[in-house]
Amino acid sequence: MGRINRNRKEEVDSVTENVLRGQSVISGSANGRLVVSREPLSFWGGYDLESGEIIDRQHHLSGKVVKDCILAVPGTKGSSTTTAVLLEAMQRGNAPLAIITSGVDSFLALALVVAEEMYRKSIPLVALKPAEYAELPSGHEISVEEDGRITWIQPNR
Amino acid sequence: MKLKLSESDSFMLAGESGPAVQMAMSILVRMSEIQGAEHLLSIVSSHIDSALYIGDSTLDYAERLVDLGAKVCVPTTLNVAGVDHHGWDRWAVPAEWAHKARRQMLAYKAMECKPTWTCAPYQTEERPSFGDQIAWGESSAVVFANSVLGARSERYPDLLDICAAITGRVPAIGLHLAENRAGQVLVRLKAISWDLLDSDEFYPVLGHQIGKLAGSRVVVLDAVGVNPSEDQLKALGAAMASSGSVALFHWVGLTPEASTIQDAFKGKAPEETIDVSLSDLAEARNDLSSCTSDRLDMVVLGSPHFSLNELKALVPLIEGRHCDSKVRFLVTTGRGVKLLAEEIGLLEVLLEFGAEITVDTCILTTPMLSSEIRSLMTNSAKYAYYAPGLLDREVVFGSTEACVESAVSGKIIKDDGLWVV
Repeated sequence: MGRINRNRKEEVDSVTENVLRGQSVISGSANGRLVVSREPLSFWGGYDLESGEIIDRQHHLSGKVVKDCILAVPGTKGSSTTTAVLLEAMQRGNAPLAIITSGVDSFLALALVVAEEMYRKSIPLVALKPAEYAELPSGHEISVEEDGRITWIQPNR
Repeated sequence: MKLKLSESDSFMLAGESGPAVQMAMSILVRMSEIQGAEHLLSIVSSHIDSALYIGDSTLDYAERLVDLGAKVCVPTTLNVAGVDHHGWDRWAVPAEWAHKARRQMLAYKAMECKPTWTCAPYQTEERPSFGDQIAWGESSAVVFANSVLGARSERYPDLLDICAAITGRVPAIGLHLAENRAGQVLVRLKAISWDLLDSDEFYPVLGHQIGKLAGSRVVVLDAVGVNPSEDQLKALGAAMASSGSVALFHWVGLTPEASTIQDAFKGKAPEETIDVSLSDLAEARNDLSSCTSDRLDMVVLGSPHFSLNELKALVPLIEGRHCDSKVRFLVTTGRGVKLLAEEIGLLEVLLEFGAEITVDTCILTTPMLSSEIRSLMTNSAKYAYYAPGLLDREVVFGSTEACVESAVSGKIIKDDGLWVV
């Protein structure tokens, strides 16, 4: 992780800009609050395409609404209908703002490729290496850039 | 390595085989690049999950392909649909849903897919052979085809399976390639009683536990001397593909790529060894039940779709008895199996008991349950895994026998006898 110290005039105002360089699988930019899942998720039976709630009752994020957030999920699991659920959520405007995965997840990528093909719209999908994924700051406001960079700013103490 | 297309792939991509083939090939090529494939390979058959109606987008996609003139170019079966066209009005399915789901079914029929409408296509005549390169959707069917039949499929997601069937081509990656079919995780059973090993209830629970730990890796089960039936392997795989994304397991001494443990690992060492004890399994079994009261509204069997043998095994349990009038007893199966059951007089026995049959779909894929149905009991780990979230219903997992006893008595009767640590 690259830490760029942006020291302002006074010590108390200094912030650290954190950068993770991911692989842009589906290019795009987004800003929003990050929700990090530690476990894979099946979107079918796991993501409510109306509310954007995580509905897999065995998942640690069960009950959390992530549609207006950037969702980090290590990957998908379970059902092959995950792609159709994400496509439908996209079409209804109920998908997360962007998705970050640990390694490339072909199910999520496919849903977004088809969304582009069908509706000329998509959301960014960025793949990180597992070690970088572990550094993601759940709950922070982050930015996803078109080149796959993920950045966030933390005030120094 | 950059993706290298064959001459005919390039023709398809350029639109020389028509716009539908071009659209399917362009999606396949983009996915091949994302997945790092070096080339495409040909398949001999396909099984399509994309016909399942999820909403307007899946219907748009299907009708777009039909409008462009899409036809499949290899023998292609269809997975469950979004509606039982002949029986939906006996349930709570909204008419608009039924209509749109039906339109999506017709679109895939128009592409010349075979209307098998089952998540267990290996229970039809369309059964792949050892070594066949295939493109299958439906997580539970993929794991069966790879593991039990020795056919070769990646886990094809909805929307991509049909692209493979239209072009006859897939990215040459993953489980299509022999080197990726070697075992990665060794699973050993520790002090499990023969009574439990013989019971049908054991396999879905074992699968649920393994799926949680193995993720997407290739699993090798070393339990020589234990010879599960095809239906038990079906339940095992479906559970692994729900709690995890296992697409291939080897059962040493039983499945076709695992005559010995060395064979199953192709001479490599396991990445991880998982010992499964009775207490692990008892805990995994508890995960599959969310219901705390004994209220029972419905028993549901058949995910994956019930086989003819599973229907036959119900007969001694239900013959001459009646399901409680407050409880609905539903079996979900394929239309082919239902027809066979009818021919041998099985259907009559089921109906006399008070059972209902739904074909072509299941409780997870069509909104058939009315709001009065709150509490379910099932012998399927897949139903038990998905029902609480997808259906917002309480569920209890139990043996087929316990499901029948509960249906007769009108309340949930658990039988934990085999699971006491």
